[in-house]
Amino acid sequence: MLDPGVIVRNFKFLIVQGFLGIGSFAGGTLRLAIPAIVLGFALGIVVGLARLANAAWIRVPAVMYVELFRGVPLVMVIFWMWFVIPQLLRLPIPEYGVALTAFVIFEAAYFGEIVRAGVQSVPRGQVEAARALGLSGAKAMRYVVLPQALRNMVPSLVTQMIVLFKDTSLASIIGYVDLTKAAQIVNNREIRPFELYLFIAVVYWICTYSMSRMARRLERRPSTA
Amino acid sequence: MSYQFKWSVLWSGQSGYWLLQGLITTLELSALAWLLAVALGILSGALRTVPFRPLRAAATFYVEFFRNVPLLVWMFFWYFGVPPLLPRGVQDWLFDHGAEFWAGMFALGVYHGARMSEVIRSGIQSIPRTQFEASVAMGLSVWQAYRLVILPIALRLIVPPITNESLNLLKNSSVALTISVAELTFQTRQIETYTARAIEALTAGTLIYLVLCVSIAWVMSSLERRYAIPGLIARVGGAG
Repeated sequence: MLDPGVIVRNFKFLIVQGFLGIGSFAGGTLRLAIPAIVLGFALGIVVGLARLANAAWIRVPAVMYVELFRGVPLVMVIFWMWFVIPQLLRLPIPEYGVALTAFVIFEAAYFGEIVRAGVQSVPRGQVEAARALGLSGAKAMRYVVLPQALRNMVPSLVTQMIVLFKDTSLASIIGYVDLTKAAQIVNNREIRPFELYLFIAVVYWICTYSMSRMARRLERRPSTA
Repeated sequence: MSYQFKWSVLWSGQSGYWLLQGLITTLELSALAWLLAVALGILSGALRTVPFRPLRAAATFYVEFFRNVPLLVWMFFWYFGVPPLLPRGVQDWLFDHGAEFWAGMFALGVYHGARMSEVIRSGIQSIPRTQFEASVAMGLSVWQAYRLVILPIALRLIVPPITNESLNLLKNSSVALTISVAELTFQTRQIETYTARAIEALTAGTLIYLVLCVSIAWVMSSLERRYAIPGLIARVGGAG
C-alpha cells in the first residue's frame, strides 16, 4: 500500500530544489534559513543591547519591540509583511524578500532576549574591573563582556536557531518553494501524503538533531577563557 | 503611503462575528491541545526514568523526533497523511466531524507534548538533590519530603517555563490555518479576502493575540511573585 518509490522518483526535486534551492523556482529551505539566522542574530544583538541601555528613549522602544513580537504568532507577522511591504514600497516583492524580512524581524525579538540574558549573566565585577583598568564603556562591552556573554549564550542560541530553522517551513504559506512546499507540489501530482510528509519530517529532523548534538559538544568543551 | 484606512470594516457586516468565532476556535483548539500536551509531557517524562530500556527508548524517540520537526509538517502529516491509512468507516466519521480541527489539535498537542516533556524534566532536574537529603536527615519520611519540600519547590520552578511554553502553543495554534481550521488567523484572512482591507484586518487579529498573551503572562507572573520563596528563586527575565 505504501510506495517508497515516490521519494526516489522525486528525490532530486525535493532535495535539490526544495531543500537547497537550486532549480527553476527561487526557493530553498537552506537559502532562507542561513541568511535569516545570521541577520536575525545581528539585529538581535542590537535589540538586546538596546534593552540594557540606560537611556529610556533607547530602552523603551526595544522593550516594546520585544514584547510586541513575542506576543504575536509568526504566521501573523508573515501576513503583515506580505501585505504591508508592497504597500510601503509600491512594488511587488518576491516571496523570498517577504519571508526573509518577516523572519529577521520576528526572530530578532527572541535573539534579543537571549543576548540580554547572556550579557546579564556576566558578573558586574567584570565591567567594573574593565572600567577601572581604563577601558571605555564600549570597549569594556566589546572586549570583556560580549566574549564571555557569547559563551554563556551558546545553548539558548542554538535552540533558537533550531526553532528558526523549523519556522522557515511557514514561508510555504505565502508560496515560497521550500522543502515543505516542494513536498506539497509533488503530493498534488502523486497523492502520496504519508510517504512524502514523513520523508521531509526525517530530512528536517536530521538537520535539527545534528544541530543540537553539535551544541551539546560545544557545551561540554572546557572554556578557554 | 497613500493608504485610506477604513476601520469600520471591522464592525460592519460579518467581521465581528468572524473574529469572535475565530477567537473561540483558537481557544478551544489550544485548550484541548494543551491538555494533550501536558498529559504526553508528564507521561513521556516519567517513562524516560523507568528502569526498562525499551520504554525509555520509546519515550526518548518520541521527544527527540517530534519536537525537532516543524509543526507545519506535522499538521500536513496528521491531516493528509494519516487518515487515508485508517479504515474506511473511521475516515468517513472523521470527515463528518471536522477532521481538520481534530488533526490540528492532535498535531499541536503531540508536538508540544514533546516540548513540554523537556520543560518538565529540566524543571525537576534543577531541584538540588540536597533538598531531599536535608529533609530526610531532618526526620521527614520520603512522602513528607516530597509533599512539604520537593513539590512546593518544583511547582514554583516549573510554572514560568510552562507558562512560556503554553503561550507558544497558543501562538502556534495559528499554524492550523494551513489545514483550514477556522481559527483566529484564518478568520483575519477571511475578513481581508471579503473586504480587501488587509491592514485593518491584520491589526484586529494581532491585537487579539497580543491581549491574550500579555494578559496570560501577567496573571502567571503575578501568581509567581505572590508565591515566591524569598531568596530561593531569582526572577529571570520579564513577562512574555
